[in-house]
Amino acid sequence: MLARVAETLYWSARYLERAENLSRLISINNMLMMDLPKGVSSGWRPLIDIVGSVAVYSDTYQDFNDRNVLSFLTIDEENPSSLYMCVKSARNNLRTVREVIPNHVWQLVNSLYHYIQDNRSKCIDKRDMFGFFEYVTNAILTISGALHATLNHDEGYIFMCYGMYLERADMSSRILDVRTASLIHEGDEKPYENLQWISVLRSMSAYQMYRQKMGMRIRAKEVLTFILTNIHFPRSVQFCLSSLSRLGDLLSMDPALKARIGYCQERLQGNVVAELHGEELHAFIDALQIDLSDIHQLLCDQFFIPNTLEIEQKQVQIMQA
Amino acid sequence: MAHSWQSYQAKGFYDELINEDLTARLTGQALVDFLKTLNPTEMDNARHVADLAVKEMGITFTVYGEGSSIDRSWPIDIIPRVIQQKEWQQVEIGLKQRVKALNMFINDIYHDQRIVKDGVFPKSLLEQSVNFRKECVGISPKNNIWAHICGSDLVRDGEGVIRVLEDNLRVPSGVSYMLENRSVMKRVFPELFDNINVLPVNDYPSQLFDMLAAMSPRSGDAPEVVVLTPGMYNSAYFEHCYLAQQMGCELVEGGDLQVGDDDCVYMKTIRGLRRVDVIYRRVDDLFIDPEVFNAKSTLGVAGLMRAWRAGNVSLVNAPGAGVADDKVVYSYVPDMIKYYLAEETLLPNVETFRCNDPEHFDYVIKNIAELVVKPANESGGYGLLIGPHSTKAEQAETIRQIKADPRNFIAQPTLNLSTVPTLTPENEVQGRHVDLRPFILSSGDDTYVTTGGLTRVAMTKGSLVVNSSQGGGSKDTWIIADNQEAAC
Repeated sequence: MLARVAETLYWSARYLERAENLSRLISINNMLMMDLPKGVSSGWRPLIDIVGSVAVYSDTYQDFNDRNVLSFLTIDEENPSSLYMCVKSARNNLRTVREVIPNHVWQLVNSLYHYIQDNRSKCIDKRDMFGFFEYVTNAILTISGALHATLNHDEGYIFMCYGMYLERADMSSRILDVRTASLIHEGDEKPYENLQWISVLRSMSAYQMYRQKMGMRIRAKEVLTFILTNIHFPRSVQFCLSSLSRLGDLLSMDPALKARIGYCQERLQGNVVAELHGEELHAFIDALQIDLSDIHQLLCDQFFIPNTLEIEQKQVQIMQA
Repeated sequence: MAHSWQSYQAKGFYDELINEDLTARLTGQALVDFLKTLNPTEMDNARHVADLAVKEMGITFTVYGEGSSIDRSWPIDIIPRVIQQKEWQQVEIGLKQRVKALNMFINDIYHDQRIVKDGVFPKSLLEQSVNFRKECVGISPKNNIWAHICGSDLVRDGEGVIRVLEDNLRVPSGVSYMLENRSVMKRVFPELFDNINVLPVNDYPSQLFDMLAAMSPRSGDAPEVVVLTPGMYNSAYFEHCYLAQQMGCELVEGGDLQVGDDDCVYMKTIRGLRRVDVIYRRVDDLFIDPEVFNAKSTLGVAGLMRAWRAGNVSLVNAPGAGVADDKVVYSYVPDMIKYYLAEETLLPNVETFRCNDPEHFDYVIKNIAELVVKPANESGGYGLLIGPHSTKAEQAETIRQIKADPRNFIAQPTLNLSTVPTLTPENEVQGRHVDLRPFILSSGDDTYVTTGGLTRVAMTKGSLVVNSSQGGGSKDTWIIADNQEAAC
């Protein structure tokens, strides 16, 4: 597989995953705000923090009202992380590799792009936005399903999964980071805290699975442990990392990359995470994000920057037993 | 109420579907019978189905100079164009004859130039040819084939005779639209395919791949074939992707390839470098190798010509093949056929006046208002003057250009191009002028002609310009099997 193509697939999957997470995040936050009394709600500001775009945001907007934040996160063309721009980037990337992805998948991505373009006004309309974000989330899940079911599970697919899991781990950790900063105050049982943690879980489609696995009432500690370390929930950071490790083996990844993933996995132990508080926790998640960014870099170094000196003698067999 | 076919205007032109007395031509009888049952709402719905399919399938094209719009939806008219299989078989034979002679001509031009020495083709034309590549002299591509893929534009004149308007031998495009038009039509009028024996077109990608694989310089049954594209900003990018996808080949850009010290071409994969055997290049000659041609080109691969000359890679089409893709050279094709094959031309040319011939020159200047004047080496309808539709000022400007460089212009009588019923934006059925671009694949061992080709249609009433870059549309082209007619 061409190095350029592998890189393009990787990024397309990242963009789609980002869009899906964003779509769910916005939709769930909207629901939460209807439940919370004015004054308790931290409003829309945390979403801007999660996507890490405060600087870009402040260039254009003065305050964090619904309309501004929603436009910024959803359709703003100046914001490279807006939903529209993520889908557009995914589509533009896939356009350059249309020959390797199933036609059907391209059509789904293309339709989604047109849907967002044609329904720009819906995402800021209180009444329409629920349907809008539901459509977007479903469309991306359909794309993931179609990729899983119709694309050869060889290198191209593995690189797409790589992009998806890395982005998902990154998004999950960002959501936790921002939400814990605004929610964890030791010894201070805020009213509505329960409701807010439910919403954190929901924004990762984790609520039901959390209930099944953890059973107990919803508390910060357990939510953190579940999202960071659960080995069965497909959006937990630990799950994403173990997937990266397994997929990396199929690609015969560099030992340095494997070691980095392994190191990161080891740190994510339930009993360790459960003991983290406040600043400690923040520092822990910071370190986790650095790990994720290192894993990305090592992957790029090994596969996307081809070694021009070595001439491949025979095609390496992948997917060995 | 069904569409009013009674007001259809089939007089004054050769209409391919409807006779002057408004009855259907035999080959199109079943189609016309069906269309007549549709009321305007149903017609309009069918058009929407087509538009939606095009949008969903992402069938796009690009018009240069449109800024941000790098992909416009491909325009398809929902009324297909029909051709009888028996007639098409004759066209196929004529095209094969033509392409065979063209390949012999190109090979001769880069070797002994017998045709020049024997006085059949003037040396001066060669010296002034912008597409003659001195860098290709003496090179012998596999099987002496230079134009592996040829897209010839055919038109039907006022008498119904099919003629060749031009041959595209550099990087002809459009074949993907031929294939996609059929996919769209299957969605729009699925019931028609039950009753009419429309010959399939979807064999093309396999035929193309077989031809490309046969060009491999290495023996072995799994040659590495790639499609080289200038990238997503090229007007035919959709097609490059489409063909690579259909053939299961890598779609590469210049940056993905490199030429080693061993003069072999390699592509950069996630596992290092892998040798490439055949490059279906969709990058123009002058941009394929900065070492030899345009030094500033980033679309090509440094050293590609070295590798090709050394016989380590096949380039399809071969660089330099464009020497025969010149509207002046075109006028000599019947002479080539006689010279190389000792045969009479089966598929006639359109009468052509060469502006570098003093007699023709005078005729062209005098009759410019009646003629179509074309630059010898432009494509896509750029730089065209259609005499009867032009202003005095435009004519004067063209005359000035001809005088400055007579070798670069030819003129042809304004053809009474055939028409085919077409749905207008106002939802009426009216005749519009069409042409047809079939594609011919040559490996030296075998020649293949597409079943029909890409029909392009001038969507503006009376217009003769069919190029999509100039507002033209397209139609699915149906070659209808003969046994169908026996059954009717």
